[in-house]
Amino acid sequence: MRMNTAADDVVLSVQDVKKRIGGKMIIKNVTFDVRQGEIFGFLGPNGSGKTTTIRMLVDLIKPTSGVIRICGHDVQRDPEQALSYIGCIVENPEVYSYMTGWENLEHFARMQRGIDEKRIAEVVEIVGMQQRIHDKVKTYSLGMRQRLGIAQALLGRPRLLILDEPTNGLDPKGIKELREFVRMLADQGMSLFISSHLLSEIQLMCDRVAIISHGEVLAVGTVDELVNQAGNYVLWQFNQPEAGKRLLAAENDIKLIGHDEHHIDESILAGMTDPIITTMNTERIAAMVEKAVHAGIGVLSVQQVAPTLEELFLQMTEGESIG
Amino acid sequence: MDRLLPLIQNETLKIWKKKRFFVVLLVLLVLIPIFTYAQMKIAQTNNKNFKDWRNQLVQQINEYQNMLSSDRIPEEWKRQRRIAVQQLQYYLDHNVNPNSPNGVTFTRSFMSNAVTLFYPLLVLAVASDLVSGERSTGTIKMLLTRPVRRWKILFSKLVALIFYVSLTVVASAILCYLISGAVFGYGGWKMPVFTGFEINGSTVESTYVHAVPQWLFVLMEGGLIWVSSMTVAILALMVSVLVRSTAASIVTMMAAIIAGTILSSMSSSWESAKYIFAVNLQLTDYLAGSPPPIQGMTLSFSLIILAIWAAAGLFVSFRVFTKQDIMN
Repeated sequence: MRMNTAADDVVLSVQDVKKRIGGKMIIKNVTFDVRQGEIFGFLGPNGSGKTTTIRMLVDLIKPTSGVIRICGHDVQRDPEQALSYIGCIVENPEVYSYMTGWENLEHFARMQRGIDEKRIAEVVEIVGMQQRIHDKVKTYSLGMRQRLGIAQALLGRPRLLILDEPTNGLDPKGIKELREFVRMLADQGMSLFISSHLLSEIQLMCDRVAIISHGEVLAVGTVDELVNQAGNYVLWQFNQPEAGKRLLAAENDIKLIGHDEHHIDESILAGMTDPIITTMNTERIAAMVEKAVHAGIGVLSVQQVAPTLEELFLQMTEGESIG
Repeated sequence: MDRLLPLIQNETLKIWKKKRFFVVLLVLLVLIPIFTYAQMKIAQTNNKNFKDWRNQLVQQINEYQNMLSSDRIPEEWKRQRRIAVQQLQYYLDHNVNPNSPNGVTFTRSFMSNAVTLFYPLLVLAVASDLVSGERSTGTIKMLLTRPVRRWKILFSKLVALIFYVSLTVVASAILCYLISGAVFGYGGWKMPVFTGFEINGSTVESTYVHAVPQWLFVLMEGGLIWVSSMTVAILALMVSVLVRSTAASIVTMMAAIIAGTILSSMSSSWESAKYIFAVNLQLTDYLAGSPPPIQGMTLSFSLIILAIWAAAGLFVSFRVFTKQDIMN
């Protein structure tokens, strides 16, 4: 065992990484660390540079400047060492469709030292594919390819697993299974790096998160920190909407939000009749309900809604322009 | 090397599993019987017309000579005919039938006819999607994110390619012999074949002409075909590194090869065309003593040109493959 110093704890370190493609800065400045055993979210809208960044992490794209270290090894200078610590799926899990799942795993096992047949059988069991592993991959569903991709990534007992938009194309059950799977791996001490464009997904899965937009990391922190920074919405429904609205408006510390000013996911609002959207201190909710009851206004529902990714971005970029 | 062997095994297996080599075998299995049948028809006609092969040769010589006296034949053709006449005469003088039908002779003539188009085509079936195939299916991302340096991956692909090109040349010779032998008999191994004709303008220098047994001649042919097929294979590998789609990669290479064939049959007065690789592919012609497509080309010249093209192809392939960004 090595000494467990603070630097040892960092599995992936990305420093001042920039990438210019065709004279255009695609990645302007990306810096973050991923620590041992944590699930790290990489959040950004499509086209923000997520995939380009991931490709630089795994040596598919060479950064214009900056340093990426995996377990202390520079990916550029020493790819064979650095890459031996990671497993990854970049975008879709692409495997050879003309071979069986098992043959695919054998293929990738040959590319790394110390992976024997026993280990292959082990990862097949981890992803639960014993039944179909000897079938040709072209007969697999997307979910099964995903599992095979993960099995492939786990072959070399990586310390960091990189998954690019892993929930794409999965049904809700599959997503739930993936979430549990990811948590299980992290509990065993593996670090996970998961990219997504959905805040809710990152919230459910990750411990810490980096938010990227237009090729720049806007913030790195725990998920709760970042979400609280943006502030929650509180949605109210009363049996007398007009009276309820007047009641809320009378309070100084409650801000009513117009229906075209918010950034709440439309699907949440779709099922509600006359919701009143506010931002307020959530500790005041109970007192306000009481007040409404005293005034003879029936409270149908009170709901806290997390801001969307867009909301987070807006808050962050606004903060930037003010500061 | 212990790290490279498993990689080479991977690449060899992938080509096998993609059934690319089966396609090659299938094409051979369809085409060789067709050519055998055609050859059989020719032999039957000749047998009917000529009791003695010498008469056939004499008539062929006469035909060529008549052509030479005609004004309407272009000078290029005449030059070739003059050379052919001298060679036929040489065979006649030494009492050797250059066309005696048997399995080995068929193999010899099939291989020398196939070197410019047919072998390159078979090679492309294996070589053209070695890298572009991985790119279009996206598996390149899996391949290059494993802890193996990129040059090792390309190197293992190259070794697998060399293996399959060699296998193609050997398999074609064996299939040729087996299939045509069933019709013409399996003899002809020791039949003498003349080689070493030196062409000076429109005369044939026969100082260095010597007879080699036909089996040796076929072996020499095989070696030269391997060299020209390997050059095509390496250039195809380069194109498949440079081009993302397999279709584009095949079309590019086919265009280059066909252009070369057309150029050589034009026997152009454009002399610098001799530096184009595709004009130099017909190495077996030097053995048989046919005139080169462009005056002044020799076996060693062609070998050097092909070697230069292959070296450049390898340089570009490795350089680009190890540096390029994989964007999709």
